[in-house]
Amino acid sequence: MSDTHSESALHTAYVRKEMLPERDPPTSQKGAVLWMRENLFSSIPNAIMTVVSLYVIYYILAGIGPWMIGGIWDAESLTECRAIRDELYGHGREVACWAVITDRWHQLLFGFYPQDLYWRPILTLALFGVAVAPVLFENAPRPLLIVTAIFPFVAYFLLWGGSVWGPAAVAVGFILAWAILTYTQDILGSLAATLAAIVVPLLYWLYLVGPVAGWLHGLAPIGIEAVGSDEIGGFLLALVIGGTGIILSLPIGILLALGRQSDLFIINKCSVIFIEVIRGVPLIVWLFTASLLLNYFLPPGTNFDLMLRVIIMVTLFASAYIAEVVRGGLAALPRGQYEGADSLGLNYWQSMQLIVLPQALKISIPGIVSTFIGLFKDTTLVVFVGLSDPIGFSNLIRATSEWNGIYWELFIFIGICFWIFCFSMSRYSQWLERKLNTGHR
Amino acid sequence: MTDTATKPRSVNRSQMKVSDEVAIEITDMNKWFGIFHVLRDINLTVNQGERIVICGPSGSGKSTLIRCINALEEHQQGKIVVDGTELSNDLKNIDKIRSEVGMCFQHFNLFPHLTILENCTLAPIWVRKTPKREAEETAMYFLEKVKIPDQANKYPGQLSGGQQQRVAIARSLCMRPRIMLFDEPTSALDPEMIKEVLDTMIQLAEEGMTMLCVTHEMGFARQVANRVIFMDAGQIIEQNEPEEFFNNPQSDRTKLFLSQILGH
Repeated sequence: MSDTHSESALHTAYVRKEMLPERDPPTSQKGAVLWMRENLFSSIPNAIMTVVSLYVIYYILAGIGPWMIGGIWDAESLTECRAIRDELYGHGREVACWAVITDRWHQLLFGFYPQDLYWRPILTLALFGVAVAPVLFENAPRPLLIVTAIFPFVAYFLLWGGSVWGPAAVAVGFILAWAILTYTQDILGSLAATLAAIVVPLLYWLYLVGPVAGWLHGLAPIGIEAVGSDEIGGFLLALVIGGTGIILSLPIGILLALGRQSDLFIINKCSVIFIEVIRGVPLIVWLFTASLLLNYFLPPGTNFDLMLRVIIMVTLFASAYIAEVVRGGLAALPRGQYEGADSLGLNYWQSMQLIVLPQALKISIPGIVSTFIGLFKDTTLVVFVGLSDPIGFSNLIRATSEWNGIYWELFIFIGICFWIFCFSMSRYSQWLERKLNTGHR
Repeated sequence: MTDTATKPRSVNRSQMKVSDEVAIEITDMNKWFGIFHVLRDINLTVNQGERIVICGPSGSGKSTLIRCINALEEHQQGKIVVDGTELSNDLKNIDKIRSEVGMCFQHFNLFPHLTILENCTLAPIWVRKTPKREAEETAMYFLEKVKIPDQANKYPGQLSGGQQQRVAIARSLCMRPRIMLFDEPTSALDPEMIKEVLDTMIQLAEEGMTMLCVTHEMGFARQVANRVIFMDAGQIIEQNEPEEFFNNPQSDRTKLFLSQILGH
């Protein structure tokens, strides 16, 4: 080394004769000690921060840990809970009273849903898992998409019960739309066929579904016990509103985002107005609109279920947010991608479906998922319009004489339930981002 | 831009025949960006089998001109007829012309979320409704032609710039276009990679493809083109056979441009 060095210092010309092999780093560059030195004690302020943080964590855990772990699981009421506590730990120590959860978990989860019918929401949730699998995971078996297609109708039938012909008659409307779109395109042309595929099913749903379902039920009365919307509550309600809102708001949001980018004046302005109006007003106002005002705008005689109205409002609200998130993704896409698609002769919908949206949605995943998580948690606001979501039920439970005065345990349970769903969404989105990362640009 | 560093391989001109059939006819075409008059009274007829190089200073409208040919830009006046179909606002016509005219861009514009093979089969499958198997066979044929069949299952981000541009050429060829447009295909490439792209383009020319290239590769122009067009300020200033154009430019503007581009 020193030889070469002195030589190269003498003559500026230098030619390497052999290439240097790759070597391992020195031992001081790896191991746990090094990690701690680098990450926890790299400087005096950093070391102080580490010690202080550790103390704070200890302080919090020391306060909450015994309260949670020492909790009482078996009691009939808060008074009984306190008696057991005093007996176990002596006077003056606070512990959790988890007995409220063991006593009332079914109400927090299912509301007033009839206890002997709990299998129906549970089966619905299981089917939901099967139905979303092919959508969320590419390597799930493709035939499962059939389950995905029929799931909304099955779910409605299982949750609300009643005659099987109601949801079946509604489903026929979709088949009608599909049939019109496929078979009349050659005769009517694509624009007229699309219009027909929207208008005919709408008319069918408005005027024919009721009589058809009634007539079929008269012929073959197949059905299960009906459950009213007012009996659906607790976490089940949050899942139904949140789940429907999430699933419907994504396609509507995408269409709105495309509308906002469109060169067609009317479509563009309608999208902009819709997004800005919906997004500019608090969700709670829209929920009150749904519960109080919406009936005035609908044709007389139609009595929409309050839950359905709330679902529509929550969906529209989330769509406006999704639209803006997706628009960000569309804007982030280089113009060259649009031109590349155009230059190959792909039409508008093909280039959106194959080129633009896959990339724009990928960019928007974090924003979309945080909108979804926000929507899911916002379902707790429905308590203000008289629906009994988990928060509503915690109020009801606290209003009973047995559990009057209990707070933390209920909210911790509700919090954990929400967290499980929100955290799974977050993890899924991170996994999806990694999977879709093809290392471009 | 230097002539020698990237000198393409020698060219076999035996297959390069210009037929009498008109491929593109542009008459009195004008285009504005807002109030800026980018293209002024463009008249240009391109016959089947011609290899035309368009050069000129930046902002002269040369890219805009070829982008008008497949309606990536809209023209406001005049007439463009491509392969017998007039470019109008009818979307069906535009999509038809675009599927007949291939285009390569400066920045390749490959689709980063699709593999090389999927990039090549996408348009044949969706626009031409070719069965997937057949489209894949065609794609592999053209990928072999541009000498990167072994990269078929990689993503564009994993390829070098030169390889990406060759994929872009293969992707256009999969639609079996009658005309190819090149918009500065080598401007974003390292000198080492320019040659491989130019070689691919020469190969294409040797097979008789009608080509319009916006490029600063004067070596390529000399060897391959049968006509060189010089544009400035949105107008065609001069056009001639390459030998005449380079050795004996007529207008002062052309002389100045050539001295700047060749003189360093």
